[in-house]
Amino acid sequence: MKTYIRAAMAAYLLMAGATSAQGIDATINQAFADYTGWYVSFIFAPIPGTTFSWIAMWLVVAAVIFTLYFGFIQFKGFVHSIKLVKGDYSDPNDAGEVSHFQALATALSGTVGLGNIAGVAVAVGIGGPGATFWMVIAGLFGMATKFTECTLGVKYRNEYPDGTVSGGPMYYMVKGFKERGLPGGGIMAVIFCFFTILGALGGGNMFQANQAHAQIANVFGDFPGYITGTVLALITFAVIVGGLKSIARVTEKVVPFMGIFYVAISLFILMMNADQIGWAFGQIFMGAFTGLGVLGGFTGALIQGFRRAAFSNEAGIGSAAIAHSAVRTKEPVTEGYVALLEPFIDTVVICTMTALVIVITGVLNQDPETGLYIWNAELGRIQTDGAVSGVALTSAAYAREFAWFPVLLMVAVVLFAFSTMISWSYYGLKAWTYLFGEGKTKEVIFKMIFCLFIIIGASANLGPVIDFSDAMLFSMSIVNIIALYFLMPIVKAELTSYVKRLKSGEIKKFV
Amino acid sequence: MSGKIVVGYDGSAAGRRALDFALARAKAQGASVLIAHVLEWSPYSFLTPDELEERHVRRKEEMARAESAVIAPMLEKIADSGVEIETVIKYGKIAEKLTEIAKEVGAMQLVVGRDGESSLAARVFGSTAGTLVQIATVPTTIVP
Repeated sequence: MKTYIRAAMAAYLLMAGATSAQGIDATINQAFADYTGWYVSFIFAPIPGTTFSWIAMWLVVAAVIFTLYFGFIQFKGFVHSIKLVKGDYSDPNDAGEVSHFQALATALSGTVGLGNIAGVAVAVGIGGPGATFWMVIAGLFGMATKFTECTLGVKYRNEYPDGTVSGGPMYYMVKGFKERGLPGGGIMAVIFCFFTILGALGGGNMFQANQAHAQIANVFGDFPGYITGTVLALITFAVIVGGLKSIARVTEKVVPFMGIFYVAISLFILMMNADQIGWAFGQIFMGAFTGLGVLGGFTGALIQGFRRAAFSNEAGIGSAAIAHSAVRTKEPVTEGYVALLEPFIDTVVICTMTALVIVITGVLNQDPETGLYIWNAELGRIQTDGAVSGVALTSAAYAREFAWFPVLLMVAVVLFAFSTMISWSYYGLKAWTYLFGEGKTKEVIFKMIFCLFIIIGASANLGPVIDFSDAMLFSMSIVNIIALYFLMPIVKAELTSYVKRLKSGEIKKFV
Repeated sequence: MSGKIVVGYDGSAAGRRALDFALARAKAQGASVLIAHVLEWSPYSFLTPDELEERHVRRKEEMARAESAVIAPMLEKIADSGVEIETVIKYGKIAEKLTEIAKEVGAMQLVVGRDGESSLAARVFGSTAGTLVQIATVPTTIVP
């Protein structure tokens, strides 16, 4: 333990030194941009002739294919999903094991986060209210992707003699491909793990730390990012290396309530403006098909909505398959059913709340005569009060009704960021141990690297580094979705058998 | 007549009093005793990813500990009571689980202890004994 602390101290001094020297910052930025820029541009490259990045299309097309292939499972199976989460089909003798609810809640706390608050504001700020419509559509389709990946995650997980379980795309790539007699599963698993480690350090870590610091600075005024980073890193260090479970446990308990509270406040604001709800929906539908003055019109709204949904609920990325695989169930499909609720809660409910409040509070400036939104070409987005965007726009919209909201939002953002980091440290570790083998020292090395990256993420403006790590996150989806295409017949067989036995009464309801 | 008395036992002094009471009644009536130890558990609690992974192992450990630290020492002490004794360890909400067990085994009576302290938590959320008074489906004795 002492050596860990000493190492952390050394790391801290190193980072403090690095951030105080602006030159080093710039050097890192430049080096990253030089070596990784091409890859980032490749991942986020638009489809020729459009402004729509192909990676978002990749995720949306996959979601549509899975939806059709499984016969709109997200609608047909929705009620059954809720029954499973309630525990209606859980054997009482399995009490004390991981329940469907727990697997879902843990996976959700990894996905609900800044995307729901800051990302949505960006989408609505650029794509107008119509982006909300397309976001919901994409969220609904994404449910089928989660169904597919989480069923496979449970089906092909590893159960070790000591009773612990490990699952995720790397396991279904290897075991599933072998079962189907397909080559290349092993290579794909290695590629997936490589991207997962980098994605965990990036989107699951640096981006979170960076945005948490941004909102703290937004409330308290500007101060150096390495301070926030160091504090967050030390707390994370205490949790994931020091085994201080209590902090993680507190976060896991507070985050769901924070989420519920956020939705409740949003609903409250909507009720206060009840007379305008009809108008807001009108704006959303009209905006969805005409754009209402945003750049690119109809496609502008569509692109932003699709992008936000795809990037927010992580459907197709493969991370959820890792989180869901610990559940105690004899039927892998049941976890697929439960997992399809994730994009629903994340995107269809929480993201939509943020979007509705931004629309209804009128922070987006409209031309009173034409009813079109005023486009600020200089900033490349709709003109707003105070010309803000991202988390600051959400903050401003809610602050119109409740002046104290920015402070609450700060607490929420920090907690969401922290719980996302805890989840991703786990996903990253799973990929790490898959590549390098299990072992205390190897695990601690990864955890130390992870904590270091929190400080890097919160410090200064390392734009290229963050772009690169986002690109890594979405790279996970390239291999993962290819694997899903090859393995979806297996899921189909599981589903058919399950539905048959459910109908015949072979699968019992316990409540 | 031969019936079954279910007694909720958690290793505390109050639990011991309930068990003694149940043993005395069982002896007088020629009934058997089922000692039920319930580990408080909610399937709706929130766990970290690490906890999810280890849950199955932890559960085994908890069951083993309950057996060796709570049930076994007690069985030793009451070995000469002359009453037929069974034991069961379950997870769940204590009051609900006890009611369920009593129903399952067709118990004629349920016995629980109470420590008599009225904490704030118990006032707000209700105590096991208090809940049992409301939900028990067999005659229930609360031993102070």
